[in-house]
This record gives sequence, structure tokens and C-alpha cells, in this order.
Amino acid sequence: MSATTLAAAPPAGRARVTLRLVLAGAILLLALLPALNRLPADAALHVSDFTIAVTGKWITYAILALSIDLAWGYAGILSLGHGAFFALGGYAIGMHLMRLIGPRGVYGHPVLPDFMVFLGWPELPWYWWGFQHFPFALLMALFVPGLLALVVGWLAFRSRITGVYLSILTQAMTYALMLAFFRNDMGFGGNNGFTDFKELLGMPLNTGNARAVLFYASLAALLGCLWLCARITASKLGRVLVAIRDAESRIRFLGYDVTQHKLFVFVLSAMMAGLAGALYVPQVGIINPGEFSPGNSIEAVVWVAVGGRGTLAGALLGAFSVNALKTWLTTVAPEFWLFVLGGIFVAVTLFLPRGLVGLLDRRGTGR
Amino acid sequence: MAARLPGSCMKHRSIGLLLLVLAVLLPGVAVSAQQQDAFAAQVAALAGGFAQQAEAVERLGASGDPRALPILRALSEGRLRKLPDGIVLEPGAEAPSEAEAIRINNRVRQALRGALGRLSIVSPDPAERLAAAEAVFRSRSAENVPLLETALAREGVPRIRAQMELALAASRLVATDESVKRAAIARLGGSGSTDARALLLEARAANPSLLLEIEAATAAIDRQLAIRRTGETLFQGLSLGSVLLLAALGLAVTFGVMGVINMAHGEFVMLGAYTTFVVQEACRGVPWLLPWSLPLSIPAAFLVAALAGAALERGLIRHLYGRPLETLLMTFGVGMILQQAVRIAFGAQNREVLSPAWMQGTITLPWIGVPVTQNRLWIIVFGLLVFALVVAAIRFTRFGLEMRAVVQNRRIAATMGIRTGRVDALTFAFGSGIAGMAGVALSQIDNVSPNLGTGYIIDSFMVVVFGGVGSLAGTLVGAFTLGVVNKVLEPWAGAVLAKVAVLVALMLFIQRRPRGLFALKGRAAEA
Repeated sequence: MSATTLAAAPPAGRARVTLRLVLAGAILLLALLPALNRLPADAALHVSDFTIAVTGKWITYAILALSIDLAWGYAGILSLGHGAFFALGGYAIGMHLMRLIGPRGVYGHPVLPDFMVFLGWPELPWYWWGFQHFPFALLMALFVPGLLALVVGWLAFRSRITGVYLSILTQAMTYALMLAFFRNDMGFGGNNGFTDFKELLGMPLNTGNARAVLFYASLAALLGCLWLCARITASKLGRVLVAIRDAESRIRFLGYDVTQHKLFVFVLSAMMAGLAGALYVPQVGIINPGEFSPGNSIEAVVWVAVGGRGTLAGALLGAFSVNALKTWLTTVAPEFWLFVLGGIFVAVTLFLPRGLVGLLDRRGTGR
Repeated sequence: MAARLPGSCMKHRSIGLLLLVLAVLLPGVAVSAQQQDAFAAQVAALAGGFAQQAEAVERLGASGDPRALPILRALSEGRLRKLPDGIVLEPGAEAPSEAEAIRINNRVRQALRGALGRLSIVSPDPAERLAAAEAVFRSRSAENVPLLETALAREGVPRIRAQMELALAASRLVATDESVKRAAIARLGGSGSTDARALLLEARAANPSLLLEIEAATAAIDRQLAIRRTGETLFQGLSLGSVLLLAALGLAVTFGVMGVINMAHGEFVMLGAYTTFVVQEACRGVPWLLPWSLPLSIPAAFLVAALAGAALERGLIRHLYGRPLETLLMTFGVGMILQQAVRIAFGAQNREVLSPAWMQGTITLPWIGVPVTQNRLWIIVFGLLVFALVVAAIRFTRFGLEMRAVVQNRRIAATMGIRTGRVDALTFAFGSGIAGMAGVALSQIDNVSPNLGTGYIIDSFMVVVFGGVGSLAGTLVGAFTLGVVNKVLEPWAGAVLAKVAVLVALMLFIQRRPRGLFALKGRAAEA
């Protein structure tokens, strides 16, 4: 697989400063949103509940985009299965939320979630044990995607499966998981997944308070991930990753353990995606196997492509801009959204190989 | 008008009269004159009182005479008429105004039900005869033996004969004579039917002296059933394999040979299926063409998909050569646009593509007795045919030669005067056209909906990777292997888990042989 030299080096000089300023401003603005939500409804700067909910969702998408960017933009691992890590993280928190419903379910069973009562399960299966504790669920939201990435990544990188082969392999992975989670006897609610959550950490969901807390938690997670990614990419490890992306064989012959480097970044990226999913589910109030669909993963990849891969700001920019466009278009002209999204795929790959960030860079888009 | 007069007179004749004439004119035909009289007498009795009617109905039913069937049916439906003088009119004949419908009561109705049931075994309609033979088989009564013997003497259709013989054996099993029973058990043992097996198990208690024979017979049935089940699984696997082959063959050309990753491949399959639908709708205006709309769709679907493919290659993909990841994303977007365009043009709901009569129904494969649906059989044949065509096109045509030359060494090919750009476009169009033809086949067994292709794209890639990228033989073997393995696993694991298991197994397989089953060797493999 030939190296993709198009994945941009981060912009330098003034463009870089501009980018950082814009980023800091945007994050500050985001941090203000829940406060503005508290203003009286007729105030000029009032922000609606809907905006908070939608923006909170986008922040989790931005974390997902960041995780994809780390793997793809820096290490050249184009995973078309990151939606699976995201969904697994979501399912882990979803299981916790289901346990918290307790006897408030439709069937009023003290332990079993409604769908298990409905399907006649006698008791909680072993893999549901422990999910009544929030720390355990959160740990699983990171651990399970990480473990899956470790196994798949080890199998793939060890055999030097790279490029499109790896992409298709990861796509098959999320597809297989989708099929599996659609089954009722998996014990994850089948087709309907989990919904009808009541509370998290003692606060009832669907109140302004809970929304604000989740919003700030997501923002904090985003900042944390951003900081981590910045540290990694600026380190020697980050430079080795970029080198692997551009000339894998050469790095291997120079004596670096390519498999381990890739495995590290892939697992870390999967855990970030899992964290994003864990923050996403309480905010949208539902998780179902549709989240595993290959289309979701590839859409997330396009956020990164639009923003500009290989730059952390690009991932955030892409996630926010594409999703803003989606939210707006699917209400205004829903039937055109897929045309636009498809068009974005084509336009970005053909005309904007370095994404929106590339536009900022005055060095141009030179190939 | 004058010419029709005798005809209209004829319609008024009574059955009795006709039979009389027949009896006089044709004394030598199979049914003797005496029987004719008996039949005519029973029919005449239908015009009498209720008790007389019931008796006549029962006699007619027991006679096993096929002519009685339409008469009794007409009687049960209140369509049988008689003249005031008691002459019964032929059912369906134009009745004079003085004719009145023959009325029946519940007792007659009951007798009719029994008689009609028995008579349907001599019905002119083969499907009815088969159903009747099956019903008699299930009723298991020694009384049916004479009826079955008469019916068997007339029967010409082998399949119905077999069913009747089975029914006869089942009826004889409850008879008294030991040797007759023994023969019946042997006959049932040879049938290989689950019903016969149940019957034999049931008969065990009543016939302790025949236990050995019964055991042998059930064991024989079990053997046959096992063979048949294996055959069925194999056929289902081959059927799935042929579908995978069709879907993957185009990909084997565009991805395998050219190295272009086309995520819109599934949408080309979908375009082919919709072309089939459009051709069918166009043929509706010309009734004699309608049964041939499916064969006509094959070149049409090839052309549509090939044109779309050529446009995609020339317009977009060619700018991304050497950048496979970008090609992947871009073609995915194209697939998305195609899907949505079709959804808007044709609606999101499934479109119905009819099967021509010659593809409908099931046939039983000889020597293993496995029933298979014809359309699946045709798809297997079609898949192999398309495969042969693709191999021949690549190996024996000028285009195939140029294509291989460009793949092996683009620069040298160009210096030899091959227009490489044109070959690229043609190759991609060729692969896309094959996808279109796959769509024609899939329209027969899957829902024609905008997301028809998405379900196949991942499987197709798996087939190509498993078989070995760049090897058509690998695609063939890969498709059928995956199909059969899937279907073999299904009874144990269920359809979804089988699929998951195959995916996992594939991932492990790639560990052992990263280049697939049929790996290319030498310099071409490194490219």
C-alpha cells in the first residue's frame, strides 16, 4: 500500500495560531451554552433545551472523530468499524442505566430489565453482573472496546493487513456485531436495544440539570482526549506513528516494532470511541443495534476527512460542521441529506484532500 | 345463425340420453354397457327423494368413476338441475326455463363430502389427484384399498402413482393378512418419507410379529432422510454460493484485477435489479413478450450498470488511482447518492419482479430426491454461465489480452500502443456490468429495494479476499465454499450466528494465508 502523503502535516506559522485561537474560542463558547440555557426563555441570549441536547451529542461525536483521526490521520489505520467501539461503550453504559431502572419497568421486576421479563429469562446472565455499579460500567465502556480492538488489531497487524484490507476487515467486524446484537438471545434487547432510562448517578435524566452535567462531562472528556492526543502526536511516539503511516516497511526495517505501535494507537483509539459512546447514550436516551451499522462508522470517517485528517482541530471541525449541516438539512429537506452527504464524500476526496483545515494553510494543497 | 341451431339444441340433451347413445354406439369401450346402465341409473336417482339421493351419492362415490365427479360437485354447489319429468341435466349445460335446481338436505350433503373426497382421486386435475392420494395416505383405512386399486389402474403420472402406491401400502398395513402387511412395510420403507416413518412407528404396537421388518424399514427411511438432508443443505449452500459468486464476480474484476476498491458495487447490483423491474414494466404492453422480460433484462442490466461504471471510472475514480483509501470513501459516497436517487425515483418500498412461468415451482432432483425451487436452480446455472463468460472474455478476447497487459505493466502496455485509459474504463465497465447481471438474478430471490446491494457488498469482498485477490478461480471456489459452509453451520448455530462464525473464521483464515486461497505468485503479487 503506497503511503498517503496527502494526510497533511499540521498547518504551520500563522495558520496554526489562527486555528488554535478559533479552537479555544469555540470551546469557550461551548462551555457557556448550558449557562445561557438557564437564562429566562425570552432573553436574547437564551439557548433552548434542544440546542443543549444536540450540541451535547455533537461533542461526543467530536470525541469519536478525534479517536478516528488519531488512528487514521496519524497512524494510517483507516478503521471502518469505529462505530462498533462507540456502540459497545454505549451498550456498557446502557446496561448500567437499565439496571438502575429497577422495579420501575413496565413489568415491575426488581432485577430483570423489561425485555428479559418479556422473553422469559429466569435470571440475569453472567455478563450483566456488576453493571449496577457505575464505576464498573464505565470501566467496561473503555475495556470492552479496547479488548475487541486488541484482538482484531493483533490479528490484523500481525499479518500485516493494511490499507483497504484492514478497512474492510473492520467493516466486517462491525457488520457481524450488528447482526449479533439484533438477536434477542444475545441478552442485549435485540432489535429494540435499551431505552426508557430513568436516572444516572442519582439524578433523573431528562431534566435541565442532568443535561448540563452530561454536557460538561462530555466537554471535559473532549478536552481530556484532545490533550492526550496532542501529547501523543507531539511526542516521539507520534512521529513514529506518522512515519509508519507514510512508509511502514521502512520503519520496520529501521528496527521499530510496527505491530506494537499500531496496536497501541488502535486500542487507545477504540477506548476513546467507547468513552464517546458512553457519554452519548445517556444524552440521547437510547441505544440499539443500528449504531453498529457500517454506514455510521463510515460517516464518522467522513467527518474527519472533511475537517482534515492528521490535524486534531480538523477532526473537531469536521464533526461539528458535518453534523450541524446534517441537523439543519434533515429538518429542512430530509430527502436531500443523503445526496449532500454522498456529495461530501466525493468532493472531499477529490477536491479537498486536506479537508477544511487545509484551506487555512497558505501553503496550498500541493500534492 | 342457422349453423348454430343444432348446437343450441344439443345443449338441452339430458345426460341419460347421451349415455344411452354412447352405450349403443360404443359397446366395446373400457366401461361395459352394464356399468353404463348402473351409472345412468345412479345419476337418474339423484332427482329422487333425499334417501334415494344419499344412496345414489354413496354408490357413485364408491364407483370410482371419474364422470361422477362433475355431477356430484354440481349437486353439492346447487348447480345441478332437473327437468320436471325427472331427467337430470348435464352440469353447465344451458337449462330450459322449466328446469329447476335439485335440492339436497344435510344427510345428502354429508354423503357428498365423503363421495367427493374419494372421487377426487380420479379427478382429471392431477394436483387434485395428488392431494387426494395424500389424504387417503393419512386416513389409513383398509376400506380404501379397492378404491386405490381402481385409481392406480388408471393413473399415468409417475409422481401421483408413487403417492398412490404409498397410500395403498399404508392402507394395507391395517389389513389383516400378514404377507400383505409385510409387502406394505417393505414398500413404506422404500419411500423415504417422514409420514411413512411415523406410520411405521405407530404400527409397531399392533404388529409385534413384524417388529424386525418394521425396524429395518424405519432404518431405511432414516438413511434416505439423512441423504436427502445432506443433499438439501448442499443445494442451499450451492444456491447461496451462486448468489455470492454473481455478486463477487464483478468485484473480482474491478477490485481483484484492477485493484480499484468500489464500495458502490452493491449499488450497481441494485441498478441491475431495478433495470429488470423497468424492463418488465415496459414489456407489460406487449403480452407475448412478458414471459421473456427476464432474459431481455440481462443485456439491459449489463448495459445500464456498465454505463454507470464507465461514467464513475472516467468521471471520478481515475483521478484517485493509487489512493485506495480515498477511492473507498468516494465510491461509498457515490453508492449513497445512487441509493437515494433510486429511492426517490422508485419509492422506498419493495418493487415486485415476477418470475416467468418456466422458473416457477419446484422440481425434484433425480437420484437423491431433493426438492429444489426452479429459480434457485436457474441462478446456479446462470452464475456458472456468467463465470465461464468472464473467464473466456479475459482469456480469449482482444479486450481481455489488453486488460491483462495493462494490469501487468501499464507503461510497457502503453508503449505497445494500448490505450490504457480506455482499457481502464472498459475493464471497470465490464466489472460493473457483471454486477448488473447479478442484480437480474437477485431480483428473483430478494426484495428489489434501494438497499438491495448493501447486504451483499461485505460478503462479496470476503469472497474475493478469501479466494485470493486477482484470481477468478479463487472467487469461484471461495463463493461456493462460503455458501456451503454458511448453510452447513446454519442448523446448529442459526442463520445470524452462522454468518458471524464465517466472518470470524475468515479473519482467522487470513492469518494463515493473507493472500487468500489462490494466491498470485511472482512479481504480479507484489504490485
